[in-house]
Amino acid sequence: MTTWTMIITLSKDVMRIVADQDVVPFRNRVKECAVKIKMGLVNQTKLITAASELGRNMLKYASGGETLIEIVTRGRDNGVRLTFKDKGPGIADLSLAMKDGYSTGKSLGLGLPGAKRLVNEFDIKSEPGKGTTVVVIKWANG
Amino acid sequence: MEYNIPKLLQKKKKNIIELWITNQLSEAGLREDLISNEEIRQQSEELVDSFVSNLNQENIEDVNSGDFDGVIEILSGISITRARQGFSPRETGAFIFGLKEALLQLLQQEIKEDKETLYQATLQINRLLDSFSIVTFETFIKGREEVILRQTDEITEISTPVIRVWDGILALPIIGTLDSARTQVVMENLLQEIVETGSSIAILDISGVPAVDSLVAQHLIKTVSATRLMGAECIISGIRPEIAQTIVHLGIDLSNIITKATLASALKFSFQSLKLEVKKVQVVKAVV
Amino acid sequence: MEKIPILKMGPFLLVTIQVDLYDRLALSLEADLVQMVKKTAAKGVLIDISAVSIVDSFMGRIFGNIAGMCKILDAETVVVGMQPAVAITLIELGLPLTGVHTALDVEKGMKLLTSKVDIDIESDDDLDDDHNTI
Repeated sequence: MTTWTMIITLSKDVMRIVADQDVVPFRNRVKECAVKIKMGLVNQTKLITAASELGRNMLKYASGGETLIEIVTRGRDNGVRLTFKDKGPGIADLSLAMKDGYSTGKSLGLGLPGAKRLVNEFDIKSEPGKGTTVVVIKWANG
Repeated sequence: MEYNIPKLLQKKKKNIIELWITNQLSEAGLREDLISNEEIRQQSEELVDSFVSNLNQENIEDVNSGDFDGVIEILSGISITRARQGFSPRETGAFIFGLKEALLQLLQQEIKEDKETLYQATLQINRLLDSFSIVTFETFIKGREEVILRQTDEITEISTPVIRVWDGILALPIIGTLDSARTQVVMENLLQEIVETGSSIAILDISGVPAVDSLVAQHLIKTVSATRLMGAECIISGIRPEIAQTIVHLGIDLSNIITKATLASALKFSFQSLKLEVKKVQVVKAVV
Repeated sequence: MEKIPILKMGPFLLVTIQVDLYDRLALSLEADLVQMVKKTAAKGVLIDISAVSIVDSFMGRIFGNIAGMCKILDAETVVVGMQPAVAITLIELGLPLTGVHTALDVEKGMKLLTSKVDIDIESDDDLDDDHNTI
């Protein structure tokens, strides 16, 4: 995986997701950022779908949280970085949660592993009882 | 006698240029096919001019001085152009080392008596020019990398043509190795073309794919699944016997995918599913 | 609350999704559609998603559910007009929508539905005939 060190933030935006209806405006904001850095249509769709999955996860398991939408740059590459931060129950076994088809809810269990496949960089930190933070990056030409 | 090396070089600029150009022209590997004598002269004059006019008593000791930014810019420009024109690293290196040679030659001619000063000046010039050489190499390699990147893009572009073989049937011959980046391009092109032409069958011909391992197979399966999601069928054709063997040996399951040995049989299958018939025209001879 | 209109076209139901679906809207579509299938005794459901730019795992599951529920009520479901970018994303996500029929556009979808239910209509006629004879 590439290092996170040389990444510079160009713009920053905070949005809260606490209800079902918040997901659509959040997705639109992500799309705006992706269009701004001239991301191709397929990569845009992948990024927004991943954002939708992660936003929904946060709603479902932690009844909402805060998202950070950033346009970042790394040398010649521009990208969109999304941070999902919640104060929910946290995830006890991360490696299990990242497995296809595993779910504690009644979903398909594609949320986390699926989202990971759709982005270029994926980082998850969780502490049981404290909350979960997921950071993803999609590069414009990634 | 006290020597001022920068002043001396400025005064002898013309001599330096002449010496350098002579060095370059006498070089055995002179690429007259790639560069003309006038161009060499022009590039050399520009570089020497920028170098000696920016040189002074202070920065002669400091290879990182900002005063040389102009020199480095000219040098980078020349180096990148040469990389694009197809000069070899040796030829590009000989260019800048020729300047060092010329400068040292000149110093030797001018400072005959004072061995100590000659020694110091030689060291300084050596250091400066070595640092310039590094810049030359760096930019040369960067220039080559750009060439390679552009070619890679071109190859991905040209190697995935989508052909309309019949009304409603598309064919996409894949030539070369199928990695994940290329699969993306293949998928995007194919699906876009399916939408544009309203084709319901796509044939993916892999006769030109040298080997199919589990990763390549996965890419193929993804492409077929995406095509089906759009509402079209995808047939894989051109499977050579060796590839069939490796697929089975690796335990790859292609049972959900329609596979055909040749493009012709895939086309025949497509005709059948579109309820088309291709017939030989019966020539009825008129009875005389 | 906004609703997605369901149109009746002969033996089929036609749904065109024009807005970005949030979860509750999608769930209400699922419920409405199943009710409609029962009420009109529809033989097929055609969902046009050509204007939809995002299908995530939740939406994918809704399509799967609708297809499964309609199947139990003896109706076929066809999803038409999926955008290439959406198809590629769904595959990467790991959601091939197995069990859902797909077609390129509404016209091809209608043709597919007609071919699927043709046999069923005939067998229904047979049943009716049987009833008549009894």
